[in-house]
Amino acid sequence: MTFHTATFYAFSAILIFAALRVVTTRNPVHAALWLVLCFFSAAGIWLLLRAEFLAIALVLVYVGAVMVLFLFVVMMLDVNFDSLRKNFRSYIPVGATVGALVLIEMALVVISSKVGLEVAPPPAEGSNTRALGKLIYVDYVYPFEIAAVVLLVAIIAAIMLTHRTRRETKHQDPGQQVKVRRQDRVRLLDLPLEKKE
Amino acid sequence: MSLLTAPTLAHYLVLGAILFAISMAGIFLNRKNVIIILMAVELMLLAVNMNFIAFSYYLGDMAGQVFVFFILTVAAAESAIGLAILVLLFRNAGTIDVEDLGRLKG
Repeated sequence: MTFHTATFYAFSAILIFAALRVVTTRNPVHAALWLVLCFFSAAGIWLLLRAEFLAIALVLVYVGAVMVLFLFVVMMLDVNFDSLRKNFRSYIPVGATVGALVLIEMALVVISSKVGLEVAPPPAEGSNTRALGKLIYVDYVYPFEIAAVVLLVAIIAAIMLTHRTRRETKHQDPGQQVKVRRQDRVRLLDLPLEKKE
Repeated sequence: MSLLTAPTLAHYLVLGAILFAISMAGIFLNRKNVIIILMAVELMLLAVNMNFIAFSYYLGDMAGQVFVFFILTVAAAESAIGLAILVLLFRNAGTIDVEDLGRLKG
């Protein structure tokens, strides 16, 4: 068994175990931490597949940003999580059945069909990041721009959804500002000149 | 054929299928808790990305990795908006139980 094979099975076992713990654990904080382990081991498997940039991006973006967001929200909500786990055991049969069905269907398709891709082609020369960058900035530049717009929309939507306007803050009302007339602001006085004594 | 052979494309695809099935079952198991459902959706996206990267490697085509890049972008946006809606929901309804969210029934 080569190092490559051993690494694949080790990371796969960790990944599957962590995924099982994500969906079965009692505490959502623990679920988030198991999900972090999932992402780390998935990044390891992606490294085996020579997707170095995406592996690092997965760790940085998902573990570093999205999971921290999840942890923030889980800890911010004052929810009784035990009440949400009522009837958990009664859902096990239907959940396991659906999961097993999905798994069997997919495995049948994968194993029975001859894809003819048992041997990978020799890896491309040079850095994975450079090749990916060339593709993104040359061939897929418009989808890349659209992805940036999607992120911008997500920022605006998230802020607009959660933003609370406080009553005590003083802020300008642009409508009132536009409606103002000269008479409201400036008063010209006709003062008689006074002679200096 | 021994079980622990050197990984081929089918190994990675089956791994993706197992991940997808686990998260599918997880949505059924935690059907009350929106946070765990969101995490299961993230796991599903991870399984799909695994398939994309495996095909990209075995076909020698980098376009699959570009697609994974876009999926990561959209998934990050999705989880940010989903969590924002969740916070808003908790603030207004005081619960995140899916069963209590029938107010839009019409």
